[in-house]
Order: sequence, then structure tokens, then C-alpha cells
Amino acid sequence: MIPAKFDYVRPSTVDEAVAALVAAGEDAKVLGGGQSLMPVLRLRMGEPSVVVDTTRIDEMKGITDAGDAIVIGAGTTHDAVTKSDLVRQHAALLAAATDTVADRQIRHRGTVGGAMAHADPAGDQPPVALAMGASFTIAGPSGRRTVPASEFFVDYFTTAVGPDEVLVSVSVPKHTGWGAHYEKFNRTAQAWAIVGVAATVRMDGGSIAEAEVGLTNMGPGPVKATAVEQALVGASTMAAITAAASHAAEGTSPNSDIHAESDYREHLARVLTARAVAKAAGIS
Amino acid sequence: MTDTLDTSSVIGRPLRRKEDAKLLHGRTNWTDNIQLPGTLHMAIVRSPMAHAKVTKVDVSEALKQPNVVAAYNAAELGDLNSVVPCVWPVTDDTVMPPFPALTGDKVRHVGDCVAVVLATDAASAEDALAYVDVEYEPLPAVVNMIDAISPGSELVHGDATNNTCYVYDLGGGYEDELAKHSDVVRVKRRFVNQRLIPAFMEPRAVVAAPMGMSDEITVWTSTQIPHVLRVLLQLVTGIPEQNLRIIAPDVGGGFGGKLQCYREEILVTQLARKLGRPVKWNETRSEDMVATHHGRDQIQDIELAATKDGKFIGLKVDLLANMGGYLQIITPGIPLLGMFMYPAIYKMDAYQFQCTGVFTNSTPTDAYRGAGRPEATFAIERIVDEMAAELGMEPMELRTKNWIEHHEFPFTTVAGLTYDTGNYEAATAKAMDMFGYHELRAEQKARRESGDPVQLGIGISTFTEMCGLAPSRTLGALKYAAGGWEHCTIRLLPSGKVELVTGTSPHGQGHETAWSQIASEILGIPVDDIDVIHSDTGRSPYGMDTYGSRSLAVGGQAIKKAADRVIENARPIAAHQLECSANDLEFANGAFSVKGDPEKTVTLGALAWAAFAAHNLPDGVEPMISGEATVDPEDFSYPHGTHLAAMEVDTETGKVKLRKYVCVDDVGNQVNPMIVEGQVHGGLAQGIGQALYEGAEYDSDGNLLTASLADYLIPSAADLPSFETGSTVTPSTTHSLGTKGVGEAGAIASTPAIINGIVDALRPMGVTDVLMPASPQNVWRAIQAAKGASA
Repeated sequence: MIPAKFDYVRPSTVDEAVAALVAAGEDAKVLGGGQSLMPVLRLRMGEPSVVVDTTRIDEMKGITDAGDAIVIGAGTTHDAVTKSDLVRQHAALLAAATDTVADRQIRHRGTVGGAMAHADPAGDQPPVALAMGASFTIAGPSGRRTVPASEFFVDYFTTAVGPDEVLVSVSVPKHTGWGAHYEKFNRTAQAWAIVGVAATVRMDGGSIAEAEVGLTNMGPGPVKATAVEQALVGASTMAAITAAASHAAEGTSPNSDIHAESDYREHLARVLTARAVAKAAGIS
Repeated sequence: MTDTLDTSSVIGRPLRRKEDAKLLHGRTNWTDNIQLPGTLHMAIVRSPMAHAKVTKVDVSEALKQPNVVAAYNAAELGDLNSVVPCVWPVTDDTVMPPFPALTGDKVRHVGDCVAVVLATDAASAEDALAYVDVEYEPLPAVVNMIDAISPGSELVHGDATNNTCYVYDLGGGYEDELAKHSDVVRVKRRFVNQRLIPAFMEPRAVVAAPMGMSDEITVWTSTQIPHVLRVLLQLVTGIPEQNLRIIAPDVGGGFGGKLQCYREEILVTQLARKLGRPVKWNETRSEDMVATHHGRDQIQDIELAATKDGKFIGLKVDLLANMGGYLQIITPGIPLLGMFMYPAIYKMDAYQFQCTGVFTNSTPTDAYRGAGRPEATFAIERIVDEMAAELGMEPMELRTKNWIEHHEFPFTTVAGLTYDTGNYEAATAKAMDMFGYHELRAEQKARRESGDPVQLGIGISTFTEMCGLAPSRTLGALKYAAGGWEHCTIRLLPSGKVELVTGTSPHGQGHETAWSQIASEILGIPVDDIDVIHSDTGRSPYGMDTYGSRSLAVGGQAIKKAADRVIENARPIAAHQLECSANDLEFANGAFSVKGDPEKTVTLGALAWAAFAAHNLPDGVEPMISGEATVDPEDFSYPHGTHLAAMEVDTETGKVKLRKYVCVDDVGNQVNPMIVEGQVHGGLAQGIGQALYEGAEYDSDGNLLTASLADYLIPSAADLPSFETGSTVTPSTTHSLGTKGVGEAGAIASTPAIINGIVDALRPMGVTDVLMPASPQNVWRAIQAAKGASA
């Protein structure tokens, strides 16, 4: 449990971080809160030659109101996100999902940007970002670019962030007044999700006017349950929600592992989607 | 927690633990905290393969790495490559394959030890591992026990003819007994008692050091058994016993997993001897998962026969027990500790038992909290519930009809044990009352009738166990190499303080407090004035250590006897000082006084000084006062209890929730009820862990899939309800303090209670069993299978 040797740099600006990554070639790793990277290093599953520590970059911290969106610095801790009035008011689904990440100690260390860039298929926040149409600001040697969530998550543990780039912030469109619920299904309180369902809905007179649903651990990356979202429009009863949720496994490609085989994950996706939407909509 | 204990005395008080201030303030002495000048750090090249010929182990490149001082393969270690001992061949023909500390010919499980590297710092040693060149020639892995004993299976040990370690046949005449009855109902099941990993909090660690100009080698190790280890290490290393000092410093849990003579302990000791320097090894959690011995792993075929009106006739048990790739200290014997317990609290006329030990390419198994008895208790309590379902009887009613009634003790069971005392009726009545048994049955009925997607089940476990290991003659009859006695020496210091030297070796149990309470009660000396010395063969030369709920049950008797002897040894000095006959003295509250003249009194503390100064001792009385006792227990002790679990099962997802857990344990007299309750809580968490969360799983190549704590799930406080514990007190009549032992009760009793509760919830759907751990997927699959069967 001792990492292999590596060089360590701690830049104080995004530009310095990018410069350090460029200098290191392809063999560098960005350190955010360290909650995923450190176990990888300690288990020697990864042996980068350089670790670029971004924890002292002020620009990457904090949550700001950008008019029609809220912008969360990549280095903002999970704990800060769950406690942010801005997030709770305008992106209640993100607050709900973030509140289930690991345990309290990890939420105080781990960062939202780190979790997004790590892109664990069992991560709780990527499906939220995908469902809510978030976008990601990435800095690299040729400047900054913005990538929509639909293009950000590429594959298992793979995002659009290049080896010489750093994720700077996540922008989440405001969903003010939307109901939200994250249904996480796991075996022990601190375990990863076997399946998770992130649902947020805009209600209009007792029925669902708009719905956004993302699935955790139902494929190599987060999945947007588009068929469910469409079928939910106009739903006002539990029966209608259940019928819509029956589409939840469509287009998914869940893995089989020791906790769940793929057919069971598909079953769970349907059951949990109905529950998540019902709670988000206040329908029982 | 009990209303029947006399709290006016020191024994029976829930005193806070003396040892906790040190632990809470971080003033601990874990083995890893021991830093000796000149230490070499050992790292181990472990096999990534479950089964392979080793064709090359070249350490030459590793030797060139920075700060590396030495590196060895098996051949290079030569005579110092001692064998790992197994002291319990259970039959005359038990196959005992060689088990060298470093393997030279082939590897037999993932994590098997191939080479060692020693460097001046731990990081350099770990870095150098990658430079040891090992070539493996893969062989098919033997993973599944049933495949392993099938003809033509690949062999784990190449010079054997099959993978059978032993077949132990108790016999029993089950069918003959059944033939006497005309109305026999048989229920047969195969239960899989899955493999568990002890996962103690403190991973293993060892430091060995030659002690300067003397011949002594001191070994600090995170062990439960410093005394037994000393005997074993001298046997396998050839280091004279008197030159070996074994110290178990603060030890962070063991659960049987540190009841062992590990190859790493042998290697560190031999390398310290060879290199003449301190050598240290501290394992990672990843190593711990594959290299610390595992527990359980039995396939249990069990058949219970009863008359149609529910009287048990007989029981037949046939086990496959996974030994793993090698035999460790008592690997073969673990299932036999369970052999006696299958008939449990029930009366019946026939009992037939057979067990086959099987080698596979997996981590060796050995003792894990309960060691054989949890497996037995699980199977019998599960099959009793299945019999109740078969007969259409309420499961508690079936138990009541067959258990030993309190007026029938002492009772000799069909397995041959004589239970001294017990009161199953009282414990059960109390548990059912605390649980609200009948109210929950009513709620269960309502949920069934309304078709609630969340069904309720009530799980019952009325268990007993054998504790206080063990009468030495019994152990001898079972072919176990050692005895089961325990030792205590109590010394009065000149100041009147007391040193209590025990042969037990605590690793979290609270012996320092509890042993002080016993001595305080007898000697009348305050608990805080008693220092308990343990776990160091230099300071406590005699002992048999801590496992099998033996420390209080056996060690407590030694404390009592030693303390009584202190008083008797002080008596002539008191008589001399008080100028009376020794027979005229009575001893109470720490002082002798003359009968009928209570003004004439002298305290034990004053006598301690008088015996130290020795200016005025009676003729023939030696200076200093002490008492020493070694007690071999008269019999095992038999704690029992009734555990009840209310299980909510989400039939749509298979997820279960333990809503309420009530247990009433009868562990006899309690020295410290708070410690008793703590032991029950910890045991429950582990037993519930087996039922719901834990399970070591291998793939078909013998790779451990649950090799980290992210995949091997251990429940935390957040996953468990607040346990409601109670007790009844039926003192043991064969143990001088009336105690029975509590270390394993919770772990033994709780697993079947949980599974019985889940099956009870789902039985109307046709479910008759659920695989452990009862993960959501396993429960959901059981529901789907039952639906498929009924469709």
C-alpha cells in the first residue's frame, strides 16, 4: 500500500496546471480530492510519473450564480455542494445525489469535478449531469472549451478531458421548482450503487410536464433514460409512472459483477425508476 | 441489562474498561508502532495465480535495487524455510502435505508466498518486489469442492491420489432408528455455509529481533496465541524454547484469524536470526484478504426426521469442508468442533455425522469466530424451521416440543455431551416478550393478506454452544496436540498493590478490567490497584491464550483459585500478627479479623509489607505472598439463548431490512455486564454479516473476487439496528465462577435467525431457502425461482 515513486507539482492557477500536464507528457495524473486517485496509487493500479495537485487553485473552487445556470468549480467538495443553497434551490437533484456519495469523511475531501472526471460507472453524479444537461469547461494548451454532458462521458473511466487538460468547472442549468429524487440501491450504507436512478420533474397541475431521468451503473457511463422521459409527460398516477418506467432498461448495457448480474440490474432499473420518479413528483 | 445479578459486589458491575483510556488517547502499542534501530523491512512476492508450477524464481535483480539488503527464494532460504505446523490431524490417515514458509515447487492459492525481499525501508522493499523474476506454468485451478472430489480432478498436492484430506465418520445408526417408527417425516436440505474472511481491524504485523548479547530472540506479533506460538515456533525453527520470547502487544481484533502460526511469523523470525538484525513485516489489507486464513466454507447436507406429531427422531449430517490449499494450525479440526453441536438443544435418539475435508486452490481455512459451531447452529436451526413448515407447525412450538426442559439437566445429548445447566424456556419467554412476538405475527398476517410488496418474516434461533475450550483429556481424545488448561499467578507487591499474571491473551475483550474485578472481589483490593499482566511469554510464562470463549470460562477459574491461595498463604502471617490461631481468622473486604473480636484486624496490604520486610514472619513461612494456579476445566460450558429477528423483505427488489433484533443470552454469571453486552453486539454484527453481506468468492481460475473491502462487504453501524439485548442467568455448575463464556454467542446465534426470518417472510411465495449472503440479488433470484416453479 505504498505508491510507486512520482513527482509532485502543486500549481496555483489553471494555466500552471495545464503547463505542468503538458510538460509531463501523457504520464501525469490530476489530483483533486484524492478519494479515487490515492487508492489507485496505493494499490499500484496506476503509476503516473507526475501528480498535479489542483487543490490550491482558487478558480476551481466555489459555486456561483450565472443567471440561467449555476457554475460549480471542479475542486468544490461534495460536502460544499450538498450544503449550497444555490444547488439545493436550482439543482435539487444534484444535491440529493451528492448527499449519497460514500460517507461524510469522503464527502469532505472528495470533489464534484474529480468524481465527474473519474467517470466511475457507479458514480452518483454523472447521471445527474447527463439528465440535467450540464456542461463542462475544460482547459488545455489551446485554451478553454465547453463540452455538453452528452459528449463528456465517453466510456468506463474515460471522459472528454485529454491527458494535457484539466476540468475547470461544471455548469448546471437551473431547474428551479423542479421536484427531484435520487434512488440509490446499494448493499451497505457506504457502498457503491448497484443501480441508481436520478429523476427530476417539473409538475404542472398534478401531472408531469417535463422529466429528466439518468441511470447509474447501467452501462460503461451514465445513461439518459430518454424513452422514460418521453413516456412520463402527462403522467399523474402511479400506474402511469410505472408504465413509463418499464422502458428504463431500454438502450442500457449493464455489467455483470459479484453484486448483480445484468438482468437483475435491468429489473432494478425499472423498479427504481418508478420509485424515483414517484418521489420526485410527489405521487404515490 | 439483567435484574438478577448482585450488583453490591465487584463481580457483576458494568465497570468501564480500564484499557479504554489508553486506546482512546492513542497511547497504544501496535506491532507496527515498534521501531527498532537497524530494522529490515520484509516484503513478500505472492502468487497471482491459484495453481501453477513455479519454474523460476530469480531474486538477483531485486538485490540490485536501492536499499535492498537481502532477498531469497525457497531454495536459497534452505534450512530456514521451516514448515508451517498443523497440530490437529483428525484421523490416523489425515493427509498432511508439506507446507513450507516459502513454496518452491508450485503455488496453491492466490497469495501463496514465493520469495521475500528485505530492505532498509518498507517502500524500497515493496518497490523491489517487481524485480523478482518468477515464471509460472499455469495448471487448472481446483476451486469447487464437489469438482475437487470428483474422479479425475486436478490435484492440489501432486503426490496425493485425490483431493481428500480426510473422511471423519462418527457413524450413528440413523436409518436403524428411523426403521423403528412407522410415521416418519424426513426433511433434507443442502446448505452452503459460505467462506468468510476474518477482516480484523488491525492487519497482521510481526517484528523479530535478536536481543543483543543474549541468545534471546524476541518476536512481537499481532496474535491471539503468544504462548502456543512459542511452542510451535521452537518446534518448527529449532530455536530453543527458552530463547524465544513472544509478545503480543496491543492487538486490534482477531476473531480466530490470529489463532495461527503464520508463515510470515516464521519467516520474520528466521530472517532476524539469519541476518542478526530486527526484521519487520506489516501486511497490507490486500495481502490480508488473500493470506490471512479464511473461515467457514462448508457444504452441509442435513436431514432431520420426526414423527408426524413433531417429535424429533434423528439427525443425519454429511459435510464437505474446504481446507484450502494447505493445512494451517487446526484446519482439519474446525468442522469437528461443530460435530458435537448439530443436535443442539434438542432431544432425539439417533445422530449420524460424517465430514470430508477437501483440498482446493484457495486460501487455507481455519478458526473464525465460533469455529465449526456457527456452521452447525446454522444448519440445525434452519432445518428445524423447514421441518416446522413441512409439518405445518409454528416453528417456536416445534422447538418447545423438542428441546431439553430445564428440569432435565444435566442432560447427555445424542452427540455425547453432557450439558450441565440451561433454561431454554426462560430465555425464550423473555425474548418473545421483548420482541412482541405475537404482535409481529399479527402484522405478518396482515401484510400477507393485503399483498404488501414488503413482507415481514420472523426469524428464530434457539441456540446453544460449547465454550471454555477445553478439558485436556477431551482434546487428547480428539487427537488435538495440546491441552486446554489455563494459568494464573497473583503476586502481592510490598505496597499492597497486586500483579495478576494471566495466560489468556486479550485482543479487545477487556480482560484487564474483568480479571481485576474477579481478583478484587476475592481479595478485597480495589480494581485500580490490580495490574493485569498478559500476552508476553517473558512476563507470563504459562498460558493457553484466548479463543473459543475460553478466557473467562477457564482462565477465570485459575484467577479464582490463585486468589484463594493468596488468602491462604497470607493467613499464617495474619494469625502470627494477631496472635491467634489461623482457624480463628475470617477474611472479608481485604482484611483478616479474629472471629468474635472484630477490632483485631489486619489488611492484606499490611501483610504484603510484612511479608516483604520479613522481619517478623512465623517460623517456616517464606517471605512474599503470592498464589498460583493452573486449572484444567472439568467440562465445556454451554451458554444458550434465544434470538429473534424481524425481517422486512422488499419482494420487488429482493432487498431485506433487519427491522428489529432481540436476543436473550444465558452466559451464566456475568463478571461485567457491559463487556458481555459489547461481546454480544460485536458477535451479532459478524453473524448478521455472514447472513446478509459477507462472502469470499472465487472465480473459476481461483482468483479472489472479493479481495478488497469495497467488494467484501462488512456491515457498519449504519447498516444495523439498535440491538435489544437481555439475559437470563443460569450459572454453570461445572465452572467455579458459574460463568460460561460469551465471545462467540452473537456470531453463532444470529446467522440462522436472519435467514430463517427472510425465508419466513417469503415462504407463502414458495421460497424455502436463500443463499448466503442474502444479497438483494440472491433474495430476488430465490423469489423468481419460486415463481417459476409455481408457474
